Amino acid sequence: MSLTKTEGTIIVSMWAKISTQADTIGTETLERLFLSHPQTKTYFPHFDLHPGSAQLRAHGSKVVAAVGDAVKSIDNIGGALSKLSELHAYILRVDPVNFKLLSHCLLVTLAARFPADFTAEAHAAWDKFLSVVSSVLTEKYR
Amino acid sequence: AGQVWSLKRCKLLVVYPWTQRFFDSFGNLSSASAIMGNPKVKAHGKKVLTSLGDAIKHLDDLKGTFAQLSELHCDKLHVDPENFKLLGNVLVTVLAIHFGKEFTPEVQASWQKMVTAVASALSSRYH
Repeated sequence: MSLTKTEGTIIVSMWAKISTQADTIGTETLERLFLSHPQTKTYFPHFDLHPGSAQLRAHGSKVVAAVGDAVKSIDNIGGALSKLSELHAYILRVDPVNFKLLSHCLLVTLAARFPADFTAEAHAAWDKFLSVVSSVLTEKYR
Repeated sequence: AGQVWSLKRCKLLVVYPWTQRFFDSFGNLSSASAIMGNPKVKAHGKKVLTSLGDAIKHLDDLKGTFAQLSELHCDKLHVDPENFKLLGNVLVTVLAIHFGKEFTPEVQASWQKMVTAVASALSSRYH
């Protein structure tokens, strides 16, 4: 599965807006994830997960920054996320089902913050893009 | 609100095009704009949302409320229950677009529980 030119354009142009709120978007995405899918908290026993916690904010920023890296290298997401891919395969070993959950929560965050931009085509493009990112992050699992 | 509600079905068919397999009789689904303007899609969206409205009125007995619909989806419509999850998540996204800031993480969590319960009730009579 790879992005069409149109889909790529949608992602890149929306990212210009998104990046101005990157940190809060990251935090909100994680808050949504932990509230809607509490089982995902099992990966963070070492974190203070209360809303507003410094660790939540820091981790949210990290996640969104990685998505940003994928956007900036949208024609070579595999290359851009290669180190992260190894990290997830050998160290973090997050079960692949969770990438769908995180992607969904990021989509909901974007939809709530940018309703006018979140057309059906934009929704489809983002869903596909995050699918590709998830595939890259799990491709070295076995 | 009516307009927003019919958006949901349109989105499902655009975002997950393989769901179109259930709607051969609906006519033109060849592009996002075709889907969004298709009157059969809009009508069906209303049907689905009305049904969800019923669910909200009977939250204490979702399995009973959806028993017949469940049998219909299995025996006549042959819909893979995985699709109920896709539709549920699209609904959540449409609600986020409609309610924006009001669709807080807490509100989302309630709706996720709701759509999961509906999906489960709709699959309960599969055999």
